[in-house]
Amino acid sequence: MSTLVLLTMTGLGLGALYFLIASGLSLIFGLADVLNFAHGLFLGVGAYATWWAGRHLPFPLAVAVGVLVGVVFAVAVELVLIRPLYARPIQQVLVTVGLSAAGVALLQAAWGADPRPFAKPGWAAATTRVLGAVVPNDRFVLIGAAIAVFAGLLLFLRRTRYGLIVRAGVEDRAMVTALGIDVRKAFTLVFAIGGAAAAAAGALAGMYFGSITPGLGGSLLIFAFIVVVIGGMGSVTGCALAAVLVGLVQQFANYYAAAGVGEASVVLLLAVVLLVRPGGLTGRTA
Amino acid sequence: MSAPSTVAGAQVPAPPRFRVRRWWPVVALVLLAVVPYTTLPVPGVLPGGLNSPGSLQLLALCLLFAGFAVTYDLLFGHTGLLSFGHALYVAAGSYTANVAVTKLHWGWGPALAAAAGVGLLLPAVLGAVALRVNGIAFAMVTLAFAQVGSILVMSAHLTGGEEGLSLANVPALFAGVANTVNLYWLALAYLAVVVVLVRWAVESEPGRVWRAIGDNERRVTVLGLSPYRFRLLAYVLSAFLATAGGVVHLLLLGGSTPQITTSAFTVGLLVMTVLGGAGTRWGALLGGVLYTYLDQRLSALAGSGTVAGLPAPLRLPLSQPEFILGALFVVVVYFLPGGIAGLSRYRRRA
Amino acid sequence: MTDLLRVEDLHVRIGSSHILQGVSFAVPGSGVTALLGRNGAGKTTTLRAILGLVPRTGTVVFDGAELTRRRPYETVQLGLGYAPEDRGVFAGLTVAENLRLAERDREPRYDLVYELFPELRTRAKQPAGTLSGGQQQMVAIGRTLLNDNRMLLVDEPTKGLAPKIVTEVADVLERAAATVPILLVEQNLALVRRLTDRAVLIAEGRVAHTGALSDDPDRLQTLLGVGRA
Repeated sequence: MSTLVLLTMTGLGLGALYFLIASGLSLIFGLADVLNFAHGLFLGVGAYATWWAGRHLPFPLAVAVGVLVGVVFAVAVELVLIRPLYARPIQQVLVTVGLSAAGVALLQAAWGADPRPFAKPGWAAATTRVLGAVVPNDRFVLIGAAIAVFAGLLLFLRRTRYGLIVRAGVEDRAMVTALGIDVRKAFTLVFAIGGAAAAAAGALAGMYFGSITPGLGGSLLIFAFIVVVIGGMGSVTGCALAAVLVGLVQQFANYYAAAGVGEASVVLLLAVVLLVRPGGLTGRTA
Repeated sequence: MSAPSTVAGAQVPAPPRFRVRRWWPVVALVLLAVVPYTTLPVPGVLPGGLNSPGSLQLLALCLLFAGFAVTYDLLFGHTGLLSFGHALYVAAGSYTANVAVTKLHWGWGPALAAAAGVGLLLPAVLGAVALRVNGIAFAMVTLAFAQVGSILVMSAHLTGGEEGLSLANVPALFAGVANTVNLYWLALAYLAVVVVLVRWAVESEPGRVWRAIGDNERRVTVLGLSPYRFRLLAYVLSAFLATAGGVVHLLLLGGSTPQITTSAFTVGLLVMTVLGGAGTRWGALLGGVLYTYLDQRLSALAGSGTVAGLPAPLRLPLSQPEFILGALFVVVVYFLPGGIAGLSRYRRRA
Repeated sequence: MTDLLRVEDLHVRIGSSHILQGVSFAVPGSGVTALLGRNGAGKTTTLRAILGLVPRTGTVVFDGAELTRRRPYETVQLGLGYAPEDRGVFAGLTVAENLRLAERDREPRYDLVYELFPELRTRAKQPAGTLSGGQQQMVAIGRTLLNDNRMLLVDEPTKGLAPKIVTEVADVLERAAATVPILLVEQNLALVRRLTDRAVLIAEGRVAHTGALSDDPDRLQTLLGVGRA
């Protein structure tokens, strides 16, 4: 029983991490048609900014700095590199691919390829007993952060004018502009949201894994892509469901079968979803 | 979701063929074939004399990757399929042959047959699933498949895990430094075969449909043709040629490394194709040669004293070939959408 | 009467096809002007080109403002309301949200919209994707009437609708035309005749005829390729 609880909590923690990355990816893709390969770089930038700030500031403040840097970076990328290429989706993907390669290399040039140890605050390193299982607190932090982001996104999408514009834009961007709305402002906004969530994921991944590397974002990004496809592109709720599913499947299969089986099962899950429902679990936003 | 847009340059009609133009590929092939007989010193450009083993190894690598890029362009440039999983098939060729020879102690005949079998079956099964979605979703799905392959290779004992797997039984023809020249010829032959086959495929009846799919999928559907089947055909052919190249890669490096399973490897192929000019006659080939050459030489440069002596703001980026290549790529996408092949067209038009 | 909208030498090329080949016409500042032509003649493309939803060259002047260098949302903000051919209703949004999205004015005229389409009030919470074709058309037209637009571009509002609904839509257009000029693309010639006698005919990407519908009925039939309506 205690193993089951620990596996569930760890799987949910992993799913939370995936959600933080995938939700922004999904909104950016759904609204702006940009498959953002630089999203892993957003995560890396946030992680290194948090690590850097963490040497001078307490952890929560360092995370805030990381998130802020992530937002500024993501918005700059959208305005400078992505915006001139709207309506040319393949070129946009290529630019994010090149940016990601160059940016990760730059992180590596600045801080080296070796893992940088990431100081975990005392309360996150402690454990809590849940139904007989000893669960490290960082799992709760991850899950809590993901739930907070999920709730915040739903509120934003359902209760605000810009949320309405994002939801409509995911369905039909051209029609939104034909109603007299400058949809590109919403593009910048989803990049900012995506950058913030990815940077937070970077900070929390650093805490969770205990160290960060320049390539950290890249490996997490692939599973975030899977989550986005399974969840249905542009849907935040689908994204949350898929993230939980992927995190749990990966964790349980890796534990009960063998290392690597978890990842294979996740992709098998993806194949099954595609065969049964090519549009993903859900087909709409929020 | 929108269908993948046509790659810049894909719709430009072929330039008029002059007699000389028709024959220069053959001339180039002959010139490349006799390279090992020349002792021309090329200081700075190559690690040693033109026919030194070091230079031949580098040139062979350039030719092999040009071949990979051409197989990738069959998907990306000619069919409009953005795959992020091409590395999987290169790895399948390298690892299948290697495991069969090294771990299972098979002869080279059965090992090659096994690689060929995998090279047909794997893309047929995975392609059948992945091609159910289009465009960007297809890119994500192929990425996911390749990632599993990568994780399996890196964690399995049979494949040597993260260390990779050295080839135990190198055929005598390719063994030892003295036989580097044979590897060079093998890589050249691979490239020539790939170019001829892809050329033939693109100009055949299915090839025309591939191009039409890239241009306008609905039109193809209206004609009563199933884009799905034609795409699958292109996908399997491209993957099979990549698998064959994987075997060449295995011989050239004397083993299999997990690097060839990663998405970064596929991204490299994508960069080569776009750099050279996707969907053009020689673009992917040129891009493959140029990228591989730069990648190898920049890595050598990064470790050299010249770079180490520079001030930090210059030294740090220059010590990372990936940075230079990534930045170069972004510049090409922005300012040279037709790649190198597009460049020559501008000049001719001017 | 001065022209509110003037289109001169409008060209649209998409890929290798030259869809509009120098379209020129003017729309006066009152009543309904019909834009007619066979299927594929370029009527819908003309409306989309006026708004800038497709790449275009030429001159489009709306109330003294040159539109070709403006983005679609800027053009719409000048007071051009658009109800597209496929209605452009957001299926995942509720009726109320669809209307709310279209709000531009400080005081949107919900009273007018709900008076014309009482159903939109009762179905406010329903997702627009679950509405019938006629109800979706009401949402589309309602969105254009919500703001104080100076001209409406309405594309095939009765396409695929039941005859009873067609009459309803025609009534609404007639009422709307009393306060705001409309450029109307419509295949139903009887409906057009009920609303206006002023038409622009497009054939193969060019203007084939401008003026009154009653001028030359036979030539009209030939150009439209339809039986006597």
